[in-house]
Amino acid sequence: MWGKLSWSVIPFDQPIIMVASGTVAVVIVAILAWTVAKGHMPYIWREWLTSVDHKRIGVMYVLLAMVMLLRGFADALMMRAQQAVAFHSDGYLPPEHYNQIFTAHGTMMIFFVAMPFVIGLMNFVVPLQLGARDVAFPTLNSVGFWLTATGALLVNISLFIGEFARTGWLPYPPLSELAYSPGVGVDYYLWALQISGIGTLVSGINLVTTVLKVRAPGMTYLRMPMFCWTTLASNLLIVAAFPILTATFAMLLLDRYLGFHFFTNDGGGNVMMFMNLIWAWGHPEVYILVLPAFGIFSEVVSTFSRKPLFGYRSMVAATMAICLLSFMVWLHHFFTMGAGADVNAIFGIASMIIAVPTGVKVFNWLFTMYGGRVVFSTPILWSLGFMVTFVIGGMTGVLLAVPPADFVLHNSLFLVAHFHNVIIGGVLFGAFAGYEYWFPKAFGFRLHEGLGRAAFWFWIVGFYVAFMPLYVLGLMGMTRRMQHYDVPAWRPWLLIAAVGAVLIFIGILLQVVQLVVSVRRREALRDVTGDPWNGRSLEWSTASPPPLFNFAVLPNVEGEEAYWGVKRRALEQARLSEEPAYQEIEMPRNSPTGFVCAFFATWMGFALIWHIWWLVIAAFVGAYATFVVFAWRDHHEERIPAETVARLDRANREARGAALAARLEGA
Amino acid sequence: MSTTANHIDAGGHWHGAGHAEALTSGSEHGASKRVIVGYGFWIFLISDIIMFSAFFATYAVLTDSTAGGPSGRELFDTTTVAWETACLLSSTFFCGLAGLGAYRRKNALFYGAMAVTFLLGAAFLFLEIHEFAGMIAEGNGPSRSAFLSAFFALIGCHGLHVTAGLLWLLTMVAQVRAKGYRDDILRRILCFGLFWHTLDIIWVALFSLVYLVGVAR
Repeated sequence: MWGKLSWSVIPFDQPIIMVASGTVAVVIVAILAWTVAKGHMPYIWREWLTSVDHKRIGVMYVLLAMVMLLRGFADALMMRAQQAVAFHSDGYLPPEHYNQIFTAHGTMMIFFVAMPFVIGLMNFVVPLQLGARDVAFPTLNSVGFWLTATGALLVNISLFIGEFARTGWLPYPPLSELAYSPGVGVDYYLWALQISGIGTLVSGINLVTTVLKVRAPGMTYLRMPMFCWTTLASNLLIVAAFPILTATFAMLLLDRYLGFHFFTNDGGGNVMMFMNLIWAWGHPEVYILVLPAFGIFSEVVSTFSRKPLFGYRSMVAATMAICLLSFMVWLHHFFTMGAGADVNAIFGIASMIIAVPTGVKVFNWLFTMYGGRVVFSTPILWSLGFMVTFVIGGMTGVLLAVPPADFVLHNSLFLVAHFHNVIIGGVLFGAFAGYEYWFPKAFGFRLHEGLGRAAFWFWIVGFYVAFMPLYVLGLMGMTRRMQHYDVPAWRPWLLIAAVGAVLIFIGILLQVVQLVVSVRRREALRDVTGDPWNGRSLEWSTASPPPLFNFAVLPNVEGEEAYWGVKRRALEQARLSEEPAYQEIEMPRNSPTGFVCAFFATWMGFALIWHIWWLVIAAFVGAYATFVVFAWRDHHEERIPAETVARLDRANREARGAALAARLEGA
Repeated sequence: MSTTANHIDAGGHWHGAGHAEALTSGSEHGASKRVIVGYGFWIFLISDIIMFSAFFATYAVLTDSTAGGPSGRELFDTTTVAWETACLLSSTFFCGLAGLGAYRRKNALFYGAMAVTFLLGAAFLFLEIHEFAGMIAEGNGPSRSAFLSAFFALIGCHGLHVTAGLLWLLTMVAQVRAKGYRDDILRRILCFGLFWHTLDIIWVALFSLVYLVGVAR
């Protein structure tokens, strides 16, 4: 009846796990109890959980990413603590637990922190920048988000019920095959990522269609803000790469569940086929993550330098070049496979070529700042931190792209230092810059500046203290994922790295404090005009937070930097534009489809992991029925009357008029 | 142009003045819903084809890894495969007719063509399952060798798509029956047609690269 499930799968004998999952359970119950007691539940259900508004979904993606960042970072602290003490000893984490922790850390950080963070920002910002009312497929957007949340939930359930994979963040066979990983850990990993992978694919299709088909009149391709371009490139990569991941995981699942022989040692299976397939997804994946970050930096650097982006067209070309090249370098992840000198040389050179368009971008950002009046606010601090850090990470990457050097450094801590250098310094710093930059647009008030700066400094100093020692350790021969070690020379560096992790921890705490303080002081930090940074693209032309329909009347774009032109004209004519003729607007109706579908997907994933077949069938029928109910509904849209549109827009026009008057008086 | 903008701003900040409505056209336009939905569905189909290409690549790599078991030459029965091909390719013609029937709101054409599409698709599936069952009964199931794993996964993945397509077909028929030829339903029929034709294209590749090449080797 219950498949492999029994009371013995709950690790009662492991105090760390029991305390951790107990705390999480108490926190979740407390939050739920508080929302119900305060009567917020109907509001949350109506306005958030069932929302198909791209802005709300974007905010929920980012929230998911930030919560999962706490979980992933807790794993990181535990690993650093383990390696700090596990010299000539076993440390405090037994090997099977330590292996689960580094696996969970990587899986969490890539799939449930970095991905939802950038997808959330793209979801929130891109329709606003394009001058659109929503994404192309609003309900599908909600489905995509909730399937991602399902994946995150399943990974977290594994903490308490059963175990997580011990294979590393990519489950390399034969270790991940049934023969060597007979438990449910790998199954948790695979099903969680299959489900969230569908969510990601859906979101990729949605954003590609949005950028290509849903733009304001006059918003030609070469008038789109840079962030829209990087979004397009990133989501094209999602559409092209994620199906490979789905296929690869499906093969591993067939091996594990039905005795197939794709990657097994026996029956003619081919382990290296897995490495090739997984990295044919995995290498584009790193560009899926970092391209949106490049877009964010482009927006931030241009806005706070008070200049248009330098070399816009070269930036577009560089973005699309990276998009294409990212599919041609996957083999550099396993030069040691033995493909031969010629093959390795070709992939080594291809990898180095990617540094060229990336270099173009870095110079463009530098030239954008050159001669500008740079305002050193928190978003640009993250951007500057990125430029320095990412260049270092890029150079160590070019070093690793040299096959002979890679043979020495393969799977050493040098590699670990390199990819943290580019992912933290590139993706995460970009996400934080975007979070600071667009927060006032989402909520109508700015984040506390001083605490933001403090968090930045702890993060960047902590980053260097934590990861520069890993380069040294890698060169000293320390391999990754070691539960304990006996080399005295490594010890001091690992202790320094642990201190760095603590500094980053303080940075994260400061970010939490910043959010709490900003919410409490929101009246003082209020952004009344909707344009707190003197922005240049269309998202700043509407109120903060934007109304459901984004724009009272769709903007008509006549050049690059659409909103900048409008502001300049208003200043020259010393008045706002004429009030437009407001009309009724049709917006998609909210729908619980995404939430209900994810509910069934969670049960289906759980049942598949534990071999509870009747529940698999029941959950599948439930998910299918959900779609049928959605397809059967008669009213897809709700109408917002012209009076409401006018009332909301007039309030915003008033604030902007006052700002203009103040500006003219000052001049 | 933008240089002027910088000069104007150089003196300080004036945030939030000006308004997008300055450039307003006043009318909502852009691509029609039908175009957007069709376009998005094409992108989904591309991703689906990429997923198949991963299975194709794996099959190509593993095709000689028979682990001492039978190869495609010994296993494939081209007569069955020819009938499967005939069923699927002709079903796509009737699927096209069903689409025409829906747009012209001709019930007889729509329901009739959908019924024939369903029957041909079901016949295809029956033949495929029959072929699979025969192979498994002789001990040549997917666990026999890496080659057979890749074969069953690749063909089976297509078969699952056809199964999903049949379920979708029935849902669409029920929907037209309940709600009539509404705009959103016509858009779904468009997507269903694209899906069904894509399965055909994939089958042509399967037929050529798996069965024909397999027998010829």
